[in-house]
This record gives sequence, structure tokens and C-alpha cells, in this order.
Amino acid sequence: MTTVDFDPGAAAGRATDAILHDTLHGTERGVVVDSPPGAGKSTLVVRAALELADAGRPLMVVAQTNAQVDDLVLRLAEKNPELPVGRLHSSDADAYNKALDDLPQVRTSAKAADLSGLPVVLSTAAKWAHVKVDEPWRHAIVDEAYQMRSDSLLAVAGLFERALFVGDPGQLDPFAIVGSEQWAGLSYDPSASAVTTLLAHNPDLPQHRLPVSWRLPASAAPLVSNAFYPYTPFRSGTSHGDRRLGFAVPSDGSGPDRVIDEAAESGWGLLELPARHTPRTDPEAVRAVATVVRRLLDRGGAATSERSSAPTPLTADRVAVGTAHRDQAAAVRAALAELGVRDVTVDTANRLQGREYDVTVVLHPLSGRPDATAFHLETGRLCVLASRHRHACIVVCRAGVTDLLDDYPSTEPVQLGTLVKFPDGWEANHAVLAHLAEHRIPWSP
Amino acid sequence: MSLITTLARLEAVGSGRAQPAATVRHRHLSDRPLVFVPLTTAGETGAPLGALVGTDRDAPRLLAVPQPRDRDLRFAFLADLADIVLPYVDAYAASVEAAERTETDPETGKRVKVEAELCADAPQLIVPSRAGLDFVRLLGRSMRFRRTAEQDPDAPYPAPPRVPLLGRWLTHYGERSRVPGSSLLLALTEVLSRHWATGQSGLEDQHLGALLAWIDPPDGLTGAEAARRAELERDPAGQLLCPPAGPATDPAFDNKLLAPAIERYDRARTALAAAEDPLEADDRLAALTAAERDVRDLVASRTRPTWDAVWRGLDLLRALPAGAQVEGRWTRDRWSFTGHRDRVLAGEPPQPRRDDAVTAANKLATREREQGRLEAQEALDDPLVMAGRRLTGEAFAGEVTDVVPAYSEGKRPSPRPLVTVRTDDRPHLAERAKVYRSLNGRPQSAEYVGCEGDGVLVVRILDKMGRGKEPEPGSVPEKGDRVCFTLFEHEQRGGAKLPDPEETPWTHGGPPGEPAPEAPDTVTEEDVL
Repeated sequence: MTTVDFDPGAAAGRATDAILHDTLHGTERGVVVDSPPGAGKSTLVVRAALELADAGRPLMVVAQTNAQVDDLVLRLAEKNPELPVGRLHSSDADAYNKALDDLPQVRTSAKAADLSGLPVVLSTAAKWAHVKVDEPWRHAIVDEAYQMRSDSLLAVAGLFERALFVGDPGQLDPFAIVGSEQWAGLSYDPSASAVTTLLAHNPDLPQHRLPVSWRLPASAAPLVSNAFYPYTPFRSGTSHGDRRLGFAVPSDGSGPDRVIDEAAESGWGLLELPARHTPRTDPEAVRAVATVVRRLLDRGGAATSERSSAPTPLTADRVAVGTAHRDQAAAVRAALAELGVRDVTVDTANRLQGREYDVTVVLHPLSGRPDATAFHLETGRLCVLASRHRHACIVVCRAGVTDLLDDYPSTEPVQLGTLVKFPDGWEANHAVLAHLAEHRIPWSP
Repeated sequence: MSLITTLARLEAVGSGRAQPAATVRHRHLSDRPLVFVPLTTAGETGAPLGALVGTDRDAPRLLAVPQPRDRDLRFAFLADLADIVLPYVDAYAASVEAAERTETDPETGKRVKVEAELCADAPQLIVPSRAGLDFVRLLGRSMRFRRTAEQDPDAPYPAPPRVPLLGRWLTHYGERSRVPGSSLLLALTEVLSRHWATGQSGLEDQHLGALLAWIDPPDGLTGAEAARRAELERDPAGQLLCPPAGPATDPAFDNKLLAPAIERYDRARTALAAAEDPLEADDRLAALTAAERDVRDLVASRTRPTWDAVWRGLDLLRALPAGAQVEGRWTRDRWSFTGHRDRVLAGEPPQPRRDDAVTAANKLATREREQGRLEAQEALDDPLVMAGRRLTGEAFAGEVTDVVPAYSEGKRPSPRPLVTVRTDDRPHLAERAKVYRSLNGRPQSAEYVGCEGDGVLVVRILDKMGRGKEPEPGSVPEKGDRVCFTLFEHEQRGGAKLPDPEETPWTHGGPPGEPAPEAPDTVTEEDVL
């Protein structure tokens, strides 16, 4: 479906240039960048950091988790081994990735004063919140700004003069573990996302969008774009022939093998179990997920992509399983261990954010449920689960979710003054299910 | 709903009686709580119809508004309420003890201890249900900005003295009740359903009568039968035998009894106003008094069953021993009470209509911290709650089968003993996950090392073993000991300090500035009339 005149590289380059221009030479205090899944957000952050450092502007980088900070430090070090970088960390044991100790240009410390004068200092929002400065940083980059809570930005915003905010609006919204309805509708609702508050108070800030997803294959980008980003479409950086997934061992005709073949062919596969109400850790569905993973690895998969001409083997570290709940993830891990599978990442949507794999196997959040709560309908949850893969995504689900959606329309109370998020989870779920129905394989052992 | 709650609810259905969801009481109960059973008028927001209020279960004070739409009568009700609630509050505000509090020294910026007054006890307000909490907040909001004739001689409709003050206290109590684990203002249905699991849904548990029917059914009836009776059974006149706990009333009561009584009152009042000679006025005043008494009797008849039910519920809760850390949480409530007392005494203005950005963020941070603290403390105080956490893989208990002394590497090796625990639990332990156990009330941390077969876990103890080369006696579990490790931390870390409201950053709209007086009803674009 890629039109002849669309050059993804050029389109992405134009967007990046505009973002960097506004960041380095703009007059506004902030620049907001929306990035769909796998659109090169980290690459952008690293490039902006290097250019700001080159321009001699002291820079602080705010990310949300220690893993994200360490990842950014490693990427910076890879791009420019000459640049001195500070990694501010907490005073806990194992506060940062020990690989940073091997890099001579990276200085690590639990005290901000030890790192003063370095061109770039990186840390988590939680750690930055404890830092006190007399002179604010000239510039900041806030990564994963849509997953940052407004109150967390409030705690660090005094540290910088200007900032570049980068994030993915389609992923999971930040949440609070206690009720916060009391502040719903206020522009500075502390439980809202940092970008929502920022734009409510500064509506004229320049906003940019990265237009190309380099991760999602041509089979996935249109669905994810239509279902989760209906008003800000993006496209895949590759076309249909660019990525292939093949298996050395032919199918044995079982459900798992047939769904693997379907997904290898079309990018999507739905392994449908018979309708039934089950506990969260549905043993049959969990076993089905584990069997699919086992067969994926047993059948000698090989992935061909634009990255290299030779096929790369589909190994355990290139496969991930995504679930909605932690106990489901634990159940899948146990089932995989029983089948002798190790080193496959199994995690919840929250923890899979920002990660990338060749093939993902997803236990559908609504599978086997008698009701559809706001948690399970949250658009971001399904979006994260359906957008982690470079080649194929296999969804395991009980039949009857479409009826469940129709039986339980969204009943959240409407709060005055809040921005209504589009699309809502109900609609997004229907869009994804309608597409998956074309790749449906009924369960058979 | 967690698995253990589901199980308890199933058992409640099976046995016909609510099952314990806790073995100790997790909320503080005052020796002398003020019980407040309010009723509101249908179709008129914030128009109280009446209330039973007091600290003596045998002698509640009845307050009633014979015509709830009459604002003078409403003010009279609020003034009466203030005359009951405020002396109760003042009695606690007067009795103080010396305490210490950490404050940030404005000059050095260091945390220092300062002497402070702390109220020795705090008043406790009990309402029957969650809707009662909202009503307390609503009353607080409707009163705290009123001006008395003393404060503002030009106020067009001055409020009776002390009414704004009552509004500020009710607002404070309403806000405090949003803090997890606080006990200044409690909704009885919420406290009861924290301690018992019934065989009905959480929504149905909000009906105080039905909830008590499950917990303590009358002889010869199952909980389900008694709850059904409490919800539905009516007398021959069509009135519910167990009136709803309010503040909303049953429509059948409103239509058949209340509306005619109020109408009689209105007619009697009009007639009295139209009386032409003193004799006639005397008769008509008697009629008016009778009509007023009718409304009062009606209010009493709908609130008294709830009043008695509230005290019965309190009796049931008092039968449970208090959890070990309930007292500590109550001390926080006392600090909260003392703080508000000091703000009132210092002549500070009432709480603003809306929180500013910094206040909202601070409140959210406090509540999240208290939620974490509450969940940890309830589990540590109560083996039944801990069982629920064990079932979800967040804790494990078992017997120590082996202890191997080991030491840390480095110049001064410290003890890092390896403890092997045999458990039937299935904790969700990641590699090198931190686990904690309570050692004389203080958390000792350990690190998950590995699994040596089915249900045999090895952890390495990391701290609380003293400074010496060998661990202090009693600081390391011994072979044969029963231990319980949790995956969650026992204590909450303090959050970062937020900027002062005057330093609200540009991302959050800058400093709030002086509060501009707002017209009570500003004209908006949507106003078409």
C-alpha cells in the first residue's frame, strides 16, 4: 500500500529537522513531540541531546525508569564516545546498569553536585525531584512524557528553563493508586499526564509528530494507526516484501502451528479458544500461549528484514509474551518453565512499554472475562500489546469477546472539563478484533 | 476482587453468614464518637431534611427542617448542628500534650525537631454510609464561605454565628476521610465491609441494613433472607421496615408521608400569617406547632432505625481487638486535627474552593503514601490479610530449614547469612528480588538467591544484624523458626519536596496569585436566559 512517491526516510528526516530547529532555535519554552510506536523516539532524543551539547547548552535528561536512563546513556556513549556524560542515580544498591562503569566518559554519582559542569546529566524523574539547584539548567529533554504524571513534572520543572517533551500518546496513561476524581477537570490534575497539563497551560507550544514507524511491519502499521491513532496517522517505514518470517520445520497441523503460519504469512494471528468464563489465570489459555511459544522456538524460525540480507534465527530473546495482569504473566512463566522454555520475556503491558521484539504472543486482556472494566478496556493497554513486534503478533483469546464488548458499554462517569480521549477502548478493541477475525485459527491440540 | 475475598464471599453464601475478612480491627474507634445520621430532601441539592446526632446512643438529638426549601429554617438547622458539633470538637481541641515534630528550618534548610502541641485525642465523626461522607463534604462546602453579620455587616443574608466554622471543620473532616487508613470521619458500611465479607455484591454492601443482616442475622434466618427482608419488606402502609441509611430517603416515604406533612405545615404557616386577632393566632400557632411536630416525628421514624443500626455496627467492630498499628495511624489523625485547629486559631481563611497545583500534588502524594502504608500495615497486623497477600504471590511464609553463615566481600566483611525457607506459597520472585520481614516491628531486608526445588527458597539476609562481624543474637532466623517474608516494603519512602505554591513552574500555569473573589454565579456563554 506504500505509494510510490512516499519516501519514509525523507519524511522522517524532515520531521526530525523541524523538531531540532524548534528545539535549538525556537523562542517557545517547550517543544512537544508525539511519537507512535517504534518511530525512532530514542534516536531523536539522543540526536537532540548531542546537538544541544554541541551548542554548549547544559542539558538535563529526565526519563521515567532506571532502565530507560541507562539505555539512553549507552546510546549516547555509542554515538559520541568523547562526550562526558553524568548518570545521577539513587543511593540504592544496583541503582544503575553496571555496564556504565566500563565507559570512561560516564561519571556516575548519587549526588547532583558531583556531576555539575558536565554537558549532559541523565536521571529518572523521581531522582531529579530531590535535586536542588541555584542555577537552572538551560535545557531539558523529558522522555516518555506521556507516561509521566503531572505531579512528577511539577517537582522537576523548576530545574530547567526550556524543555523538549517526547512521548507516545497512545500508550498507557499514568495512573494513581488512590482516587483522584476530586481534581478531574483541573488543568493541573496531578494524576493526568505531564503533557496534558503542559499543553493546558501552554497551548501555543510547537507540537510535532514523527510520521514513520520503523518497528511495525507494513502489515501492522495501518491497523495500529487506524485503531489507536485515528487523527494522527503514521505509516510503516518498510513495505510488505521487506520483512519475512519463515520456519524450517513444517506445520504439524495443530492449532498453534497453524496460527504461527498464519502470523508468519500475514503479520497477525488469532488463536481462538472456545468461549468460557474463566479465572484470570485461565489454565487453558495460559497453556495455549506457552505451547505457541514453544512451537515458535522449536520450528527453527528465521526472520529476514531490511537490517541485514541474511535471515537471523528467531531465538528466545526475540520473542515476548504480553499479558494484562502480573499473575497472568507469572502463570505463563510457570507454564513455559514446564515446557522447558527459558529466556523468553513475559511481562505485563506496563512493563513492555518501549520494548521491541520480532514476534509477540499476547494473551488478550478480555479473554474469558465476564465483564469489561475500564482497566481492561484501556486503549493504551491493547495498543502496547499490539505494537511491540517487528514481524508478527499472535493473540490468544477466548471466543465471545465481541459480545462481551457489546454487553458492557463503557460506563465511566463523565467528568466536566476533562479532555475526552479518542479513540475509546471499546472502539479500539472492536477495530482490532475485526482485523484479527480475518486471521482466526480455532484451537486444536 | 482478590481470590481470598472471592473465597470468603462464596463461603458466606454457603454458610448464610458473613465471613471474617480480618481478625483485628483496622480502624481506630473513639470511646465517644459523634454519630451523625443525616437525611436530605429529594430533588434539592444540599437541603437537609433533618438528622439524628450525638454521642449518647440512648439520647440522640433530633434536628428537623419542617420546610426544607425555606432557607431561614435551613440556617436554623445548621446553627443547631453547629451548637452540637462544635462544643464536641472544642472539648478535644482544648486538651493537648507536648510532642515533637520535624520541620524544615527556614534559615539552614535542615530538618530539625521542634516542640509542638498535639491534641491528646481527636473527635471522631461516624456516618452510616459512603453517601453520608459526600453529604458531610457538601454541607462543609455550602457553609464555609458564608459570612456572619459579625464578619461582614453588609452581607445580604448573614449566616448564624459559628455556621462558617462548622463548614470549615466538616470540610476538613471530609478531606481527611479521603486519606487511606484515616479514622477522623468514617462511613460505617465501609468499615464493616472491610472486616466482613458478605454473600452479596459490593454495591449491595452499601445498604447498612442488608450488611448488618449478613454479619449478624436474626435467629432463624440466613444472611441472604435477612438482607432481602431489610431491603424490601414494607409495612401495610407501603413503607420500608428498614429505611435506607440515607441521606436519601425512600420515594414511597417522600410521596405518601413527607410531602403531605410538609404541605400541612405550609398551610398552617400561611394560616398563621393571615390570622387577624390574637385568639385566632393562638389556635393557628398550635396547629403550626402540631404540623411541625408531625414532620419531626417522621424524620425521627426514618433516622432512628439507622441510628440504632450504627451503634450495633460499632458494637460489632468493638468486639474485635485493635490492630497493632492502628494507634500509630490515629496519631496521624490527631496531627491532622491539631493542624486544622491551629489554622482556625491563627485566623486563616477557609479552605479554597479548588486546590492549587502544588496542594493537589501534595495531597495525592500523601494519599498514595498512606495507601501503601495501610496495605503493608494491615497485612503485618493481621494474618488473614497476609494470607491474601501470600495467595497473590506477594508474600510467603514457611519454616526455616537451614541457615548458612556467609559474609559480604570487601575490606570489612559483614554477615550476609543464607536462610533456606520451605513454603507452600508461590511467591512471584524475580531474580535478586528484595524481600522483607518484620523483626521486632522493624523491617529487615533480604535478597532472593534462588530456588532449591519445589517450595524451597533461599534468601540472603542483608541488614539489621548489628555492626559486628557476627550477627547480633536474634537478628537472624534459626532452623525451625516460622518466618514470613513479604515482597512489598513495610515502610513508605517520603516523596520529594514540591516547590512552594508561589513558585509553581510555568508548566503548571505559574504561581496561583491572590485568590480573586468570584461571583457566586458567573454568567457564561451557555447562559441563554
